[in-house]
Amino acid sequence: MWRYLGRRLLVSVVTVAGIVVVVFFIMRVLPGDAAAVRAGPYASEEKLEQIREQFGFSDPVPVQFVNYVKDAVTGDLGTSIRTGGEVTEELLIRLPASLELAFYSVLLAVVAGVPVGIAAAARRDTWIDRAARVVAVLGSSMAFFWLGLMLTFLFFFKLGWFPGPVGRLAITTQPPETITGFFTVDAALAGNWGLMGEAFSYLALPAVTVGFVLSAPIIKIVRSSMIEVLDSEYVRTARALGVRRREVLFRDGFRNALIPVTTAIGIIFGYMLGGNIIVELIFAWPGVGRYAYEALRVNDLEALQGFVIVVGLLYIVLNVVIDFIYSWIDPRIKLGQKVVA
Amino acid sequence: MPAESQSGASERFVPPRIDGGATARSLVSRKPLAVVGMVILAVYIVLAAVGPFFVTDPVATDPPNALLAPSLEHPMGTDNFGRDVFARAVHSARLDLTLGILIAMCAMVIGSAVGVVAGYWGGAVDETLMRLTDIVLAFPGFVLALILVAVLGNSTLNVGIAVTAAFVPYFIRLTRAQALSERELEYVDGAKLAGNRSARVAFLHVLPNSLQPSLVTATLVAGWAILTVSGLAFLGVGIKPPTAEWGVMVSEGARDIDAGHWWTSFFPGGMIVLAAMAFHFIGDEFGGREA
Repeated sequence: MWRYLGRRLLVSVVTVAGIVVVVFFIMRVLPGDAAAVRAGPYASEEKLEQIREQFGFSDPVPVQFVNYVKDAVTGDLGTSIRTGGEVTEELLIRLPASLELAFYSVLLAVVAGVPVGIAAAARRDTWIDRAARVVAVLGSSMAFFWLGLMLTFLFFFKLGWFPGPVGRLAITTQPPETITGFFTVDAALAGNWGLMGEAFSYLALPAVTVGFVLSAPIIKIVRSSMIEVLDSEYVRTARALGVRRREVLFRDGFRNALIPVTTAIGIIFGYMLGGNIIVELIFAWPGVGRYAYEALRVNDLEALQGFVIVVGLLYIVLNVVIDFIYSWIDPRIKLGQKVVA
Repeated sequence: MPAESQSGASERFVPPRIDGGATARSLVSRKPLAVVGMVILAVYIVLAAVGPFFVTDPVATDPPNALLAPSLEHPMGTDNFGRDVFARAVHSARLDLTLGILIAMCAMVIGSAVGVVAGYWGGAVDETLMRLTDIVLAFPGFVLALILVAVLGNSTLNVGIAVTAAFVPYFIRLTRAQALSERELEYVDGAKLAGNRSARVAFLHVLPNSLQPSLVTATLVAGWAILTVSGLAFLGVGIKPPTAEWGVMVSEGARDIDAGHWWTSFFPGGMIVLAAMAFHFIGDEFGGREA
């Protein structure tokens, strides 16, 4: 197990190093003058030169790279040329917003997708199955920006059930004291139930938008892995021994189907770690995705680089964690060995 | 010599006689969703091919007739410049479908060629190529495409290149996995013993036999490519106004929605989703997996 973990870690380090190298050099190819962004349109040539000096843009690219890596190892991802703030700090401030949205979206997708997938597998080739697959196809074909817009139109402008797309809370509301960074949790910890309700009401539309799209892969994977389990010999034996259908479905069926489902949830959550640029823009959600988009618009190299590296890192860490969850769900799995179905 | 190895294969493989009518009937009963997808897609293709000849100019403005609700004259209404939304949506169908299909095809051709190299030769080549795809896959595809368009510059061609690059790794993985198991089969030994060079075995024998999963995935990717292209356009990256493109139209229409003018964004967005659904119905029924 330790050997496996060692190899896993080595591959991860190589991947992260690769990400840093690739991103760094792609960024140097970006057109436009970053110093001009910082200085504004009416800056003198001396001022530009001074900024290039200050941010290290006048050094040769390999020197810049070495300096960047040196700082990155200590957790310093440089200074944003757009805002003048520390990139690491700015990302950490925005990460909880993205993670909270990701968490509730995935939660919604799982809560809605798993029962639909089980029902489709249990009633295979009936209208229930067909309907589940149509929903799954609709989800995987959905354009985030259109769904978000239409939900806002319907539930905010027409019905007024949910607040408008202005972020995590009303502009006039004081956010709760930061403990976890999740507004819903922090408000509950502070005992402020009204604030928690408000946080949930602002989360609802973006989380439904993302959750609906994410439920598609969950439905598909639950359905196909349940079908595989239900066709297996041990389920046939259990049925032949007179175990009830319902019991087989949930005890034998679902537990064994949980492994591919965990993988899917992990991949989907990893995919969401970078925030969803489109959804964060539509709902004015102050997360890392929107930060990256604004950085990209003005060639804020350091900020964009930092974003990509942090997202890559989180993704890799998450994958290692999922590996451990497997061995907890299914004790037959020893880390490093292929699952034999 | 290669002729002999191929005749050996054709002796075992007797092509079944195909009864067109029976095949179509059994497709409707066994894969009804795929048929739905094909019908929708056929409508789109006709719309994209001949539609632009029948509708009005998609960029000609007509301010007196701005923001008219859908009617017989303007089936999807008009936008805030008085342009006919239906005319723009039809022109956009040509652009988006062409992009979606071309991107899927290019990504498949490049990805499967690289994948077969990795899977067939293995060793250091494989290890290097796989680490590179790992790096690319650690970026969400949309973010990768976004950054690439920023590097390459805003143009329709560059959007095509960027989105293709984002999807290539999926095909590399699929083809590599398939080639890994194919290369152990007897026909590969036969082809090698017959004196074929390994490049010939890899590309003419192993590659065609490793393509099946990629072909199905390519259908799904065509749908995702349309979503990605229009998503980028929605953000103002790549294809820009006043081009008639679904994502551009939704982005422009988003400004009218708070005044209750829903049709300028509802219809183009619906066209995107329906087009992606058509591809996904087909890919899904033929066993496509989430990449």
